[in-house]
Amino acid sequence: MSKTSTKSADTAKAAINKDLSKEEKQEFLRTMMRIRRFEERSLRAYQGKKIGGFMHAYIGQEAVAVGCCSLMGENDHAITTYRDHGHAIAVGMGMNEQMAELYGKATGCSKGKGGSMHFFAPDLNFWGGHGIVGGQIPLGTGLAYALKYKGLKGASMAFLGDGAVNQGAVHESYNLASLWKLPVVFVIENNGYSMGTSQARSSAGELSQRAAGYDMTWDACDGHDVYAVREIMDKHLTLAREKCEPSVVEVRTYRYRGHSVSDPDNTYRRKSDIEDYRKTKDPIQTFQRRLIEEGTLTEEEASTIDKAARAEADAAAEFAEASPWPTVEDIQKDVYWEVDNPSERKSTGRIFFN
Amino acid sequence: MPEISYREAVRHALAEEIENDENVVILGEEVGEFNGSYKVTEGLLEKYGPKRIVDTPISEAGFIGMGVGASMLGVRPIMELMFWSFYSVAFDQILNNAANVRYMSGGLINCPIVIRGPANGGTNVGATHSHTPENVLANHPGVKVVVPSTAYDAKGLLKSAIRDNDPVMFLENTLLYGVKGEVPEDEYLIPLGQADVKREGTDLTIVTYGRCVLHSLEVAETLEKEHEISAEVVDLRSIRPLDIDTVLTSVAKTHRVLIVEEQKPFCSVATQVAYMIQSEAFDELDAPIKRLSTIDAPAIYSPPIEIEQLPNPKRILAAALEVMA
Repeated sequence: MSKTSTKSADTAKAAINKDLSKEEKQEFLRTMMRIRRFEERSLRAYQGKKIGGFMHAYIGQEAVAVGCCSLMGENDHAITTYRDHGHAIAVGMGMNEQMAELYGKATGCSKGKGGSMHFFAPDLNFWGGHGIVGGQIPLGTGLAYALKYKGLKGASMAFLGDGAVNQGAVHESYNLASLWKLPVVFVIENNGYSMGTSQARSSAGELSQRAAGYDMTWDACDGHDVYAVREIMDKHLTLAREKCEPSVVEVRTYRYRGHSVSDPDNTYRRKSDIEDYRKTKDPIQTFQRRLIEEGTLTEEEASTIDKAARAEADAAAEFAEASPWPTVEDIQKDVYWEVDNPSERKSTGRIFFN
Repeated sequence: MPEISYREAVRHALAEEIENDENVVILGEEVGEFNGSYKVTEGLLEKYGPKRIVDTPISEAGFIGMGVGASMLGVRPIMELMFWSFYSVAFDQILNNAANVRYMSGGLINCPIVIRGPANGGTNVGATHSHTPENVLANHPGVKVVVPSTAYDAKGLLKSAIRDNDPVMFLENTLLYGVKGEVPEDEYLIPLGQADVKREGTDLTIVTYGRCVLHSLEVAETLEKEHEISAEVVDLRSIRPLDIDTVLTSVAKTHRVLIVEEQKPFCSVATQVAYMIQSEAFDELDAPIKRLSTIDAPAIYSPPIEIEQLPNPKRILAAALEVMA
């Protein structure tokens, strides 16, 4: 297996992109803006002490989740890291249940039991939201195993960060996926830093090239161009769906914020690096400019989309604020299926030990 | 009723559930072509084919995590650990992912997986291969933990475990695989969380599980014949859920308790059970509860001394007589 190499000079003209309607293109922009405004609003709420724990902002990486998830069909599935807000919005989760989850409210997507790092929506084929670096990759491989076992034509997208590529569970998953020809695309969202350690200081060699050691196809692309992400992912998702051929795709992206809210981001990179990226490669700004140049978007429409995204995020914060907390009684719900379904319980005996 | 070995009982449960549900698949190291490291899965590959019986690489974190992921989409994997001792390399997958995914998703995701294999000492394989992690596993809400002692229990409990919608950790014992017991030919299930009084008595309750049940039954006979002490042996069978009521009923009858476990004593299963007895039946006790555990050190290799490190009939008898003194 080898590196794939069919990237178009103009990614807008790639087969998967060339027939996109104006509405579809605007929808990509809208989703990216909604991710950004949701996260900016949630960061404000965090600063206002409305949100606890860790929160890892996706800001700067929006084109990756939107590009990838825009390709999902009925039997395609996604699973990701703790930096999961972008994927959650990209698969169609609403802002209300996400913001309420951040606030720790009972109306949250996990009823206030998961928090920022643990968003799930199995009805949208989104399986989290996982806190341990690389720990979700065997699960994503298992989603692909289940698809193949059940004879369903689909693919699993297992997202990981550049810091996860050195975890054993990731390598074990690569081996199983290739050995058993599982329909999975491992998507490395390389934002340059595993927490505060740059790629150069943490990982030997090219990240996606490691796939070659497992006899898998691999490739890399720019992650600030939603068209480029769609082009490369369409190719690899098709390999998975049609031929059960797994692959590794490295999407080179960048995050503007620190690793999490607890990272002041003043030790391992220069502010000017972030500013340079923001000015020249911001995925939302570049896509917006491109659509305006293409004639599929007006400045006015862009402004309307942005205002709506801000308003939606504000409304989500109000919804979260007004929502009830879970109760102490709720602590022991959703632990065991059997306890939550007492009429179907088969086991006996004591299951909680307070 | 036919007598079959514990090993065959486990195999029959696996085979019946494979036939019962097309989503049941067995994965593990050497479960197929090799016929099972302990021959538990012998013949299953030939009978059910490679889709249902899957040989994995030596890659516990990978394949167990893969099974957890597959279970989220409705496959019902039974994962064999060659030794439960190897759970440590898959700890994150078992006790972060399988145990927590239902909770962290607010009840949206189920994980109907069984992880099974032997967990015992006494085979001179040293500390790395002799872990008995039932206490560690049961410390994690979200998982169920089962430790059968007989062929009959192993079959009935495993079938229930496979049909369970929660992740079930099923701990067998290499020293029990060859032990025969009566197992009916007709299908039966034993619910998880139901203890079994393996021997009735009036003077002393021995609470135990796993292979220690066999030792305790032997000791109960000695107590009867040589010391005129009538011991009741309660086999917990399931650690979580735990049938504490059967234990308390026995304590109310005998008023004296010895708990025997193949566990290191610190925060062990016996420690938990002893806490619950004193908390809920304090007035029934005529003597302090005694706990007999593995001698508190990593498993020693030296064959004759390892026997002394584990609970054995001699140590159990001495402990029982202390409780009765």
